[in-house]
Order: sequence, then C-alpha cells, then structure tokens
Amino acid sequence: MKDNHISLEDKFQATIDAEVKIEPKDWMPDKYRKTLIRQISQHAHSEIVGMLPEGRWITRAPNLRRKVALLAKVQDEAGHGLYLYSACETLGIDRDTLFEQLHSGKAKYSSIFNYPTISWADIGAIGWLVDGAAIMNQVPLCRCSYGPYARAMVRVCKEESFHQRQGFEILLTLSRGTDEQKRMLQNAIDRWWWPSMMMFGPSDGDSPNTQQSMKWKIKRFTNDELRQKFVDVCYEQAKVLNVTLPDPDIKWNEERGHYDFGEINWDEFWNVVKGNGPCNKQRLNARRKAWEDGAWVREAAVAYAEKKAARKANQTKVA
Amino acid sequence: MNTCAHEHLNTFTQQKNMKSNWPLWEVFIRSKQGLSHKHVGSLHAADEEMAIQNARDVYTRRNEGISIWVVESKHITASNPDESESLYDPANDKVYRHPTFYDLPDSLKHI
Ligand SMILES: [Fe+2]
Ligand SMILES: [Fe+2]
Ligand SMILES: [Fe+2]
Repeated sequence: MKDNHISLEDKFQATIDAEVKIEPKDWMPDKYRKTLIRQISQHAHSEIVGMLPEGRWITRAPNLRRKVALLAKVQDEAGHGLYLYSACETLGIDRDTLFEQLHSGKAKYSSIFNYPTISWADIGAIGWLVDGAAIMNQVPLCRCSYGPYARAMVRVCKEESFHQRQGFEILLTLSRGTDEQKRMLQNAIDRWWWPSMMMFGPSDGDSPNTQQSMKWKIKRFTNDELRQKFVDVCYEQAKVLNVTLPDPDIKWNEERGHYDFGEINWDEFWNVVKGNGPCNKQRLNARRKAWEDGAWVREAAVAYAEKKAARKANQTKVA
Repeated sequence: MNTCAHEHLNTFTQQKNMKSNWPLWEVFIRSKQGLSHKHVGSLHAADEEMAIQNARDVYTRRNEGISIWVVESKHITASNPDESESLYDPANDKVYRHPTFYDLPDSLKHI
C-alpha cells in the first residue's frame, strides 16, 4: 500500500519533469490539488475583487474613449475571474463553496485591491503597475503543470496587454498635461509603487511553499526573481513618463546587471493581508452585497428554466 | 394534479437554491468555418439559452468564435485515465496501420 503510494507520486513527478501536463482526472497528490485550489481560487477572487477599485471610475472617466476602454478592461477582469473559477472547479470544488470562502473572509485575494482609487491617475497607475505586475506573474503560469490553469492563463495573458497599454496611455497623457495633471500623476505613482511591489508576495526566505511549487512546476520563478524583473522594466518605463519611483535606493548595479532597490515595508504587507488595509471591509462588503442582491435573479432564472423544461416535457407527452 | 406538480416544482427549486444553483456547462467554440468545435472551458447558467449567452460574453469577447456549443457537464462521459493502457495500448503493435510499414522502392512515385 505504502509502496504503491510512493510509486504513484514518483510517476506523477516524472510526468511533470517531462513537461507533460496534468489533467483533471489524472492522479495527483492531495497537496498538489490543495495548493492549486488555493492558488487558482485566490487568483480568481483577485480578478473579481479587482473590478471594484476601477469600476468606481467608469462613470467618472474623462471622455467616452477612456470610458469604453475602462469598461472593456473591467469586463475582461470579470472574464478572467470566470476562466479561473472554471479551472478551479475541475479540481473538485464547486463554485458556491469558492464564493462562500471569499464572502466569509476565509479565502484571500491580492492585497493590492484593498487600496483606494482616489484620482483618475490611479486608473492609469493600476493599468501600468498593477496589470504590469500581474502580467509578470501570469506569463510563466501559462506553462504551469496543471492543464486547465495553464490554458486559462493563456487566454488571460492575451487580454492583459491591452490593459497595461491603456493604463500607460492615460499616464502618458497626464505627463504631457498641466502642472496639476503632472502632480496628480506623480502622486498616483507614489501611492501605487510599493503596493505593486508587494504583489509578488513575501521574499523567497519567507515563502515556505515556493520550493514545492517550483518542483511541481506550478511556479516557474520565485517571488524575488519576478519582483526584480518588474523593477528593471518599470525603471526604464518611468523615464518615458517623467516620473520618479518613490524609492531613493533604486540604483543600477553593474555587477548584478539589475537595479538594486529599497526594503519593502513587510509590516504594511502583512497588515493588509490580515484585513486591516484601507479598503478591505469595503471590498468584501461590496462582494457580499452583490451576491445577496443578486439572489432573487439567480432564483428567478432557475424557476424560469424549470418552468420551461416542464412545459417542454408536457408538450412532448401530448405529442 | 397541476397543483401537485407545481408544489413539487417549488420544493425542488427551494432545495436547489439552498445549495444554490445553476448547473455547470462545458463550452465548445468553432473559431472559424472549416474547423471543428474545441473545448474552451466551462460556466454556470440556469438553462441552455443562458449558457449560450454567457459563453458569448465570457469566451468570445474578441471574435474568438463563430459558433458555440454548450453541453451540461453531467452529460459528458469521459474515459478513465487509469484505463488508458488497456484502451490505447492495443494500437501500439499495429504498425501496419501506418503507411511507412510498407517497403516500396524509392523509384516509385506518387504513392
Ligand atoms: Fe486580469
Ligand atoms: Fe490577473
Ligand atoms: Fe488586467
């Protein structure tokens, strides 16, 4: 029995080492399944909660061009959430349980969405930095060992690049605007830079699951590796916007071939994770309210479907 | 008789709503004329009409398809991966099913 178990696990690892995807009905270690359910559902929740800070600005967009773009972007995020919930369900957990975990606060979502969007420049900053960091994280996930997750990520990544470009364009326009617009731009970068850096998660030393996830090829790069890539890319892009990243320690390191950067405020990070960020309560309440307010719609749709089915069955009987 | 059926329907609805709800559907999309439908994922919907509409919104926001199939997931029967040996191995030793099995001179053309 024990031997048999070991060989199943060895076979599983060999499949992964050979870069062959794992599919829903294949045998997998319990821990692999649990890790994926946690990661994919967190990711799905992040896409869904992520609609809230931006949704606030749809009615406030400065013109119609910006408005249709933002609307399309937010709709994409809903789509991403749905692809991911669907991938998660293939692991044997149902949608209602996933929602329950979100609404009860048991499940986590990306802490970045617990920060407020107080100016129009924030929408640009989210597109550039938040979607930018998400892309950094998500591109390697297209090669994740679990088939349904990898396939969902391919779809997501195809759509993300428009998100980042629309954000950057907003910022670029502000950077060429009035002094007040330039100040608004710099202020948004000042507020969004560090939370975006935190999106890659704790440092490798404080991320106990990283090793196993790398071995299972769920993760392809460590948190710190991805964060470094992000800094290197953003530093150059910031020049185009004429903005300063709010980190006095950013400096090119010839030896490493990377930018060095300052220490992240991990107390803030853990504090927001634990629910004490500026908008945690507001976000969860908005999700719960949407779920509760939508109950009658879900019920009515089921009643209508049943009525239709019954009518159809009756007609067949008569015929 | 009608009342009875109606009551039954109501209890059924209530039971279903407690656990909540909409069944799961698998979505297949034909990306263009001439290609077959391909599985793209799943979604929840109350009935087939809504499943098609939701599939349109979720899976074809950028002209990814010209035709959609939806099938309630419970109607799909899948082969068991544990039985893949007995299912697919028999094909392994039937090399004579492949054109390269047949020894013919190089000078022979158009065959
Ligand atoms: Fe997204
Ligand atoms: Fe995302
Ligand atoms: Fe996005």
